[in-house]
Amino acid sequence: MSALLESLIELIRRSSAEIPDDVNEALVRSLESEKKGTIAESAMRIIERNIELAKRKSQPICQDTGSVIFYVTCPVDYDQLTFEEITREAVKEATRKGFLRQNSVDSITGKNDGTNLGLGSPTVHFHQHRSGETEVRLVLKGGGCENVGAQYSLPHEKLHANRDLDGCRRVILDAVLQAQGRGCGPGVLGVCIGGDRATGFEFSKQQFLRMLGDRNPDPTLDALEQDILKTANELGIGPMGFGGRTTLLGVKICAANRVPASYFVSVSYMCWAFRRQGIQLDAASRIARWLY
Amino acid sequence: MPPLESLVGFIEFRFPAFLAMHPLVAPFTAAKIRALNVGDEVFLTGTVFTGRDAVHKYLHEGGKLPPDINLRDGILYHCGPVTLKDEHGHWKVTAAGPTTSSREEPYQAQIIGDFGVRAVIGKGGMGERTLAACKEYGCVYLHAIGGAAQVLAECVKRVRSVHFMEEFGAPEAIWELEVEAFPAVVTMDSHGNSLHRDVLAHSQAELARRL
Ligand code: SF4
Repeated sequence: MSALLESLIELIRRSSAEIPDDVNEALVRSLESEKKGTIAESAMRIIERNIELAKRKSQPICQDTGSVIFYVTCPVDYDQLTFEEITREAVKEATRKGFLRQNSVDSITGKNDGTNLGLGSPTVHFHQHRSGETEVRLVLKGGGCENVGAQYSLPHEKLHANRDLDGCRRVILDAVLQAQGRGCGPGVLGVCIGGDRATGFEFSKQQFLRMLGDRNPDPTLDALEQDILKTANELGIGPMGFGGRTTLLGVKICAANRVPASYFVSVSYMCWAFRRQGIQLDAASRIARWLY
Repeated sequence: MPPLESLVGFIEFRFPAFLAMHPLVAPFTAAKIRALNVGDEVFLTGTVFTGRDAVHKYLHEGGKLPPDINLRDGILYHCGPVTLKDEHGHWKVTAAGPTTSSREEPYQAQIIGDFGVRAVIGKGGMGERTLAACKEYGCVYLHAIGGAAQVLAECVKRVRSVHFMEEFGAPEAIWELEVEAFPAVVTMDSHGNSLHRDVLAHSQAELARRL
């Protein structure tokens, strides 16, 4: 087996079975903040137990192992074609080993060939950079939380949302309200203000690569992130929508340019089973270090 | 009083049994189900049948159950388990979390009535028609913890049978599972109460004050 194949299978295994430290810390804080003896607290306890069990058994945290999305940062002369071929092989092998569920269905025939391979499955985004380092990040994006994502076109008359920051705030909080507990909260929002319908969601998902505890370098967006997080947690939706103190674990927002005619706000929701990991590869494509 | 406390206070006032934990052991009689209230945490022991989209559509359209499956006083679980056959040819469940229930809303009320289902397990809650059927026929909606695939798989002690494997594929088949102390929360009871409806109304009101 090539070293790259081995590294990628291990990346998939660990992503599927282990919650990254930054997310786990937020989950522990949320468990501690729920009122003792409530069903919200009990739900968080079961979640904590599930995380431990999955890690110990090296089994998927959730049976929905999600859409498999890779983000690769690589040097200028990197062989992307070979990388993509090996990535597909890794996904197939990880599925065979049970790190991924047979989770990819032909949209027209409904057939599931059990390999997790097909158009867009997995998705690999490449970004070249001038450094010699290669980094591979992986997000496993569950379906239940993907279903509660939303894209708003401003102005939005019903929500009284104009094309300004207050309008953005209104629609983002509407997405939280509409989601209730259905995205397996407490969750994390990734938001993109602007872009087009495709790039808006692409950028909103990329926000999940940020560390949960980081702060937005843009003071306007930072203030909006903090405000949405605080306000969402005052709504009382709580874990699983049972009522409680933690509705969101984090909010990450970016802005992309738009054409004057459009003003989209794209909201992606990530469930508590926030599965993302990353590796830096050494010259022989072995794992040099873990990124989260 | 801060608004969040008022919601928690509201739920605790409205549902005094909020903190109660109940073992719920087969047989699942109407009396046991009627005794449950929104906010009760139950630990289920007995047999549950999985069923998701394909099964619901099939039963709704008048499809028949195999002769050895009886849903009367039974429990239907919205779940597509991950299963493996061990070296002796026995099925083993390796992941068994709930799937989103709202997809079955068009079918659920009729199935509860026609087949005498006593409890539906899933996640995310269901709508008014299912709530009305729970009241009419004596059924509850039990919310399992979404994503807790490993904890819930540990509660599955045995796979008794599997049906419709050929027709619907493994995740959509009817799996007859023996569970022990399976944790879930009553979020819709047989008295017309729904935690989902209440949390939605209250979060809506709280949000309106913050816009
Ligand atoms: S939303 Fe997340 S935790 Fe819930 S079932 Fe889907 S992948 Fe699992």
